[in-house]
Formats: sequence, structure tokens, C-alpha cells
Amino acid sequence: MLIKYVPVLFLLVFAIFFAVFAVFFSHILGPKRVNPVKAAPYECGMITLGPTHQTIPIKYYIIAMLFLIFDLEVIFLYPWAVVFRKLGLFGFVEMMIFIFVLLVGFIYVWKKGALEWE
Amino acid sequence: MIPGTLFYWIAFIFTALTAIFAAVMVITRRNPIHSAMFLILNFLCIAVLYLLLNSQFIAIIQVMVYAGAIMMLVIFVIMLLSVEEEKRTYKIRLSPAKVIGVLLVVILFAQLIYGVAQKVVPGEWGEFTPERIAQIGEIKAVGGLLFTRYLFPFEVASILLLVGIIGAVILSKKER
Repeated sequence: MLIKYVPVLFLLVFAIFFAVFAVFFSHILGPKRVNPVKAAPYECGMITLGPTHQTIPIKYYIIAMLFLIFDLEVIFLYPWAVVFRKLGLFGFVEMMIFIFVLLVGFIYVWKKGALEWE
Repeated sequence: MIPGTLFYWIAFIFTALTAIFAAVMVITRRNPIHSAMFLILNFLCIAVLYLLLNSQFIAIIQVMVYAGAIMMLVIFVIMLLSVEEEKRTYKIRLSPAKVIGVLLVVILFAQLIYGVAQKVVPGEWGEFTPERIAQIGEIKAVGGLLFTRYLFPFEVASILLLVGIIGAVILSKKER
């Protein structure tokens, strides 16, 4: 059973290996000639003022919330796709109804200007 | 999945230990963003545990919804609040709430251990036993039921999501 997930394990191992390899060897092999200008967070541009942990505007949050809701919609598509052939036209129609209801929501969001950046 | 193979146990123990390690890191980090990152690691480990229990669908939900979308919201909340002050006023103090909390946790763990140690599961077995699920695959089982027998709740779920969308817009958007 679990043998199916061995490729996922390989992918995980290679991803970790690649990240560690790249950081570790660039740290080991790269020359380190540091001077104050180089060590500054921003070598070009303005020097940062005040704390760097600034609160972000609330308008990002609405985008995140809407993403969460449509993400949940996508979750339902997954088992539907697996059994799609078995369900046939019936399954297609019921998913279209499901998507239509959420499409109404999407049009509402759009018309209301919730996706506008203001 | 009937446990028993060596690979299964290695995978389980490794994932479980990583999950516990991540959970401990979540509550001990001072920087909330670091805590959030370890919480993602914890969620991913739990997704693997679901896979080991043959619940592919819940594992996918765990990765996509919890590790993806919910954690994004958590990180947004951390960034919306000013965390700088919280970091400075960090101190361990004994309070009645903590004592009661620890007591409740001990009781909960005792119940969990009792429940696991009790080998016989009370109640009836349904149509979909673990063996059956392992045979047909969980997503197929869920899909087959969700789009036929539980069609109505499924369509109602879309209304629920619609209400969520409208609520999110109304609460966060000013009238122009």
C-alpha cells in the first residue's frame, strides 16, 4: 500500500537535499569579504526607518478569506474527478449546479468591488 | 491498512516524532512567524499520518486547506497585529487558569490512553470497514457516496460557502 508513496518520499528527500546542498556549499565555497556597506540590509536605496515588523493593511485579509472559500470549493472537485466516469452526465450536472452557486458568489464579489485594490 | 510491515512502522514513528517536535517548537518559539512555520510542519506530518491510516482524501484536505489556506490566514493575522510588543512581554507566570488547564490535559490524556488500551471498539461496524476502504481507495468511497447518497448535503455546502463569501465581503468592505 505505502509503496505508492515512495516517489513522494523521493521528491521530499531531493527537495530537502537540494535546499541544504545549495545553502551549505555556497556558504562553504563562497568567498567572504564583508564590509559595512555590503552588510547593510539594503545596499541600494533608503535606510529603513522604525521597526521592520509593520502591521499590514486589512485589505490583504479579504483576499485571503476569499481564497480560503474557493479553495474549499476546489477540494470538492477532487473526489468528483475521481468518480466522474462512474457518475456520467448526472455527476456533471450536479457539479455544475454546485459551481454555479459559487459562481453567483464570485460575481457578487466582483460587482461589489471586493477584488479592487483601493 | 493493516499495520505490520516494517516500512509502515518506520514511517509512522518518524512522522509522529516529527509532529511532536514541531508541536513543541510551536509553543516555545518567541517569534510568532516561526511558530506558524512549525505549525505548517506539524500539519504536514499529520497529513502523512492520515495517509498511513489510508485516508488519502483527508490527507489532501489537510495539506490544501489547513497547511495552505488556514495557515495563510493565521500568518495574515500575525502580520495584522503588532507582534513586537508581545515578544517583549513574554514571561512565565503561574496562574489558576494554567493549573486548571494542566489538570484538564492530564484527564484528557488519561481518557485517551484508556480509550486506546481498550481493544474492543464498542458500537456496530458500518458498511465501510478499514479493509474495504483499503481495497477500493478512500477518495473513490467518499466520492461515490458524496455525489449519490449525500447529494443534498453536498449542494447545501455550496450555499454555505456562498454565505461565507457574502459574509466576508460585507464584514470587510465599506460601502462606497
